[in-house]
Amino acid sequence: MSLLVSLLSLTMLAQTLRMAVPYVCAGLGGVWSERSGVVNIALEGTLLAGGLGGVVAHVATGSAWAGVLAGALVGASIGLGHALIVVRGRVDAIVSGIAINLAAAGGTRFVLRSLYDSSSNSPPVDGFRSTLLGGAGGGALLVRTLVDPLTIATALLVVASGWTLYRTRLGLRVRACGEDPVAAASVGVDVPRVRLLAVSLGGAICGLGGVALAYDEHQFQSGMSGGRGFIALAAVILSGWRPGRAAAACLAFAALDAAQILVQDQARAASGYIAQMLPYIATLVALWAIARRRGAGAIAGRPPAGLGRAVD
Amino acid sequence: MSERGRQAIVATLAGVAAGWLALALLVWIYGESPREVAGQLLAGTWGMAYGVGQVLYKATPLLLTGVAVDLALRAGLFNIGAEGQLAVAGLAVGTVGASLPPGTPAWIALPAVIAVAPLAGAAWAGVPALLRARFGAHEVISTIMMNRIADAALGLALARGLGIPGTVRTPDVVAGARLPRLEAFGLPSLHGSAVSLALPLALVVAVLAAWWLARSRVGRETVLVGLSPSACAAERIPVARRVGGALVLSGAVAGLAALAPVLGYKGYYESGMGAGAGFGGIAVALLGRGHPAGLLLAALLFGTLEQGGLVINARVPMEVMTVLQGVVIVAVALADSRVRAFVASSIALPKRSPRTAGTR
Repeated sequence: MSLLVSLLSLTMLAQTLRMAVPYVCAGLGGVWSERSGVVNIALEGTLLAGGLGGVVAHVATGSAWAGVLAGALVGASIGLGHALIVVRGRVDAIVSGIAINLAAAGGTRFVLRSLYDSSSNSPPVDGFRSTLLGGAGGGALLVRTLVDPLTIATALLVVASGWTLYRTRLGLRVRACGEDPVAAASVGVDVPRVRLLAVSLGGAICGLGGVALAYDEHQFQSGMSGGRGFIALAAVILSGWRPGRAAAACLAFAALDAAQILVQDQARAASGYIAQMLPYIATLVALWAIARRRGAGAIAGRPPAGLGRAVD
Repeated sequence: MSERGRQAIVATLAGVAAGWLALALLVWIYGESPREVAGQLLAGTWGMAYGVGQVLYKATPLLLTGVAVDLALRAGLFNIGAEGQLAVAGLAVGTVGASLPPGTPAWIALPAVIAVAPLAGAAWAGVPALLRARFGAHEVISTIMMNRIADAALGLALARGLGIPGTVRTPDVVAGARLPRLEAFGLPSLHGSAVSLALPLALVVAVLAAWWLARSRVGRETVLVGLSPSACAAERIPVARRVGGALVLSGAVAGLAALAPVLGYKGYYESGMGAGAGFGGIAVALLGRGHPAGLLLAALLFGTLEQGGLVINARVPMEVMTVLQGVVIVAVALADSRVRAFVASSIALPKRSPRTAGTR
């Protein structure tokens, strides 16, 4: 089978959707946080911790849904922690994000070894193993991916995030805190509170992404986020901090991943490494473009003006 | 003592105290005795000659990445890219060291390979520096991206030509390019530990960096730019050039951090070598607070924790040490902002120090 055919196959589509779920969740987490004005590079650590939280609850209760809940809760508490440190503690968001990523990388290994006596992986979990279609073909994989509750939830979350941010009072407040916290405060918006809420919500969504990642592998592996949080951050920047476009950028990066897997099946090529670099290079180019166009007035795709600004 | 000095000491003590508390708590949760584990940790690091040597070896790259991050912080920049700069320099050093003719005498080989490290680190930092100085693109995101690109680029380079086929490492560097271990200089008590000439080199670099910032015209201008870019622009100081220069210099120093593992210990570069020192450097810089002695002490502390993690690994997972790094970073930053807020409310001081200028 030629390369082109396999890139256009149902398998490719199914793989892309499957791999996109964690990216999209982390991306939405980034959008919620940064739209409220809190820089969030802790997405990577949130994915890891959320994934482990989900697996631990799944193993303990035997219920995949309990794992989903736990993953979201862990994600939300990390988001809340980040927001408390940054908003209430007045600590630089980058410093807090680095600390959280370090603590999550070490902490997940610590928990793995404490609970399961292995620093590399958890016992296997079922996740939402669908019994609908057992086939190995691309079509069967696609159907299984499409009926996966986490895929459906992610798609709904993209729509819901866009709608909430642009069509509701809460969304308006979140965006106001991100654009101009001082002005928002002066019209009576409780900026710290809105930020705590938005970053926690984003953390919960990101935690779900971690659960999806772990369920997909049917176990938690240490370091399994593998830079996905940073790629999602890149997608957020490329999208101009908009949920729909962030999800689209995440899909594109997931397609790169999927293509990488298919290509590696076909020939062990350097293209894997190059595909690995592409999202980051694209982000550097986008940063350059955004910075270059700055000053040309209000343009779509610029960061929220109040990103990283505290209100005293 | 100055207000700033007192503030620094309070924040540092808070960080160290929070770190110990977190360690005790985690060890206790794991079901071990914190007292015994702490005793074992100290005995295995500062309690024996080999342990001391290993702590010094682990502290060497941390001191350099700490100096690197600190240099950038002074200019109001956050260099998150030390991780990638170190890795790229490691590969460059390993490759150049291995491609020298086998009989190259040390007096030619060593200076040549040592010079490669800062050049490679500076080149890798050059992209974010250019984006920042020329276009104002935020260095935090671009250095994160450069870290990830370094990961993939190094994998590619090692898989395609620079590595020994089938492995993820470069060939051995020539004998003349190895940095001698300190045990070779009449310090036999360090026997077996990997501490090398890279340590005194790192100390010299730390002192030089402090001297440069405090005494040279360009260095002083760099610090001023970190304090107030607008005032500097009004004074006709080339702000963009100082900012870009500081980031490139920071990358060069981060590149030097590759020397200890590559030339002082293994004698080749291997994928993942020195990983973690870049982020560790951020912790060192935050704890060391812009003073070479502070940076050295912070590097020794985190070096002790790193080696200590290996010592206690049989009883408690060594990953607790990574958690501790995170805890210490947050505690120091929190204590710092609390103290700063308190000081600012009692006497009018500038509310923002350059240390918090990493916001965008």
